[in-house]
Amino acid sequence: MAIAADTRATSGPIVADKNCEKLHYISPQIWCAGAGTAADTEFTTALISSQLELHSLSTGRKPRVVTCMTLLKQHLFRYQGHIGAYLVVAGVDPTGTHLFTVHAHGSTDKLPYVTMGSGSLAAMSVFESQWKPNCTKEDAMNLCSLAIQAGIFNDLGSGSNVDMAVITADKTTLHRGFVKPNERSQKLKNYKFKRGTTAVLNEKIITKDDIGKYVSVHELEATGEERMDIDP
Amino acid sequence: MKVLRCMHPPAQPRGKQLEFQDEGLTIDSMAVTFKDGVILGADSRTTTGAYIANRVTDKLTRVHDTIWCCRSGSAADTQAVADIVQYQLGLFTMQNGKPPTTQTAAAIFQEICYSNKDQLSAGLIIAGWDGRHGGQIYSIPLGGSLHKQSYAIGGSGSTYIYGYCDAHWKEGMEEQDAVNFVKGALREAIKWDGSSGGVIRMVVLTKNGADRHLYLPDEDYKVRH
Repeated sequence: MAIAADTRATSGPIVADKNCEKLHYISPQIWCAGAGTAADTEFTTALISSQLELHSLSTGRKPRVVTCMTLLKQHLFRYQGHIGAYLVVAGVDPTGTHLFTVHAHGSTDKLPYVTMGSGSLAAMSVFESQWKPNCTKEDAMNLCSLAIQAGIFNDLGSGSNVDMAVITADKTTLHRGFVKPNERSQKLKNYKFKRGTTAVLNEKIITKDDIGKYVSVHELEATGEERMDIDP
Repeated sequence: MKVLRCMHPPAQPRGKQLEFQDEGLTIDSMAVTFKDGVILGADSRTTTGAYIANRVTDKLTRVHDTIWCCRSGSAADTQAVADIVQYQLGLFTMQNGKPPTTQTAAAIFQEICYSNKDQLSAGLIIAGWDGRHGGQIYSIPLGGSLHKQSYAIGGSGSTYIYGYCDAHWKEGMEEQDAVNFVKGALREAIKWDGSSGGVIRMVVLTKNGADRHLYLPDEDYKVRH
């Protein structure tokens, strides 16, 4: 299971963060990719992550992706779309690999490949033309990367780098900055002024001893009583 | 919000309009009783405005072994309602030690749809088979009223097939004739309605349980998968 996201955060027309994290941890084997309101995706995933961990501890079982999806949809439905979290839920659990989308109003879809957010149309065009069933880990990572890059280059709401998480039955690997197609290059010109550009008209050196003439200096010595108590 | 656009005639005038930027499910759904049971059918298109959010949606939802529903209107609303009813029917079965009748299921649906009518955009067709009554169909349009029918159609594409259904429906059809009737009607709805499309899904409910059908546009909806 591969899940990927770009790293651009915007507020209106402004790029608010050029390298934000949109892949959210739910449990070791379940991860969420968030679109919509950044604060809502962050807090909603954190809340459900917490509930799922407590649930896992009380049942003594590994958390399931359907459980995560159900908790998310019931939470989001209760808030009638006011919590603007649009999520891709992906993970591996004892029942198998699962992939869902959860919309802010509480509707869910289960599909073999999904996209979300403003770049979802560009990303889906890649999936619809190149996806094949039963692909290898490398194929899946490459396809996800291409899909996100389609968003980065063709959608104004997406940009910067590709983050990727690969979840398998035995481990999860997070590739922060899997592809960095927008690295800042060396400036063609250096705009620093050369030393000595500004003429020195006069020079006056004030020593530490003389500084008392210009400002009041109080040197305090810490006595035994004034010292802070520190636990041994 | 997914909007399953519902074309059941509203039982009362309502002000609420479905917003198009919300994720919506548009449905061509129908259910038909035949000799040995009942068939539900639907297209598979879910839209968010002009974008197809899901082209292979399963709008036929199980609430009990042989009681299923067709969802239309808001996807979020209808999924939430169906989940509640599925839970209630599961509880009913455990408490009474026997499966619920289709009428019981429909009554639970109506209770939820009517008491939350101001907040819901859900048009539902409930179809089921039970040992006492055989195949039955109940329709719950937007206001939350409950109508028992021998066949029901709903969704945006349904306006195009009122004539087709009226002309071709017969009482007590054989299973294969009923399947062909449903398929023929849905093909017309998909052909004429831009908000409908994708594959045709069906569920056949008889004493033998639920039997699922899938027909793809690739083979002109001719081959069953």
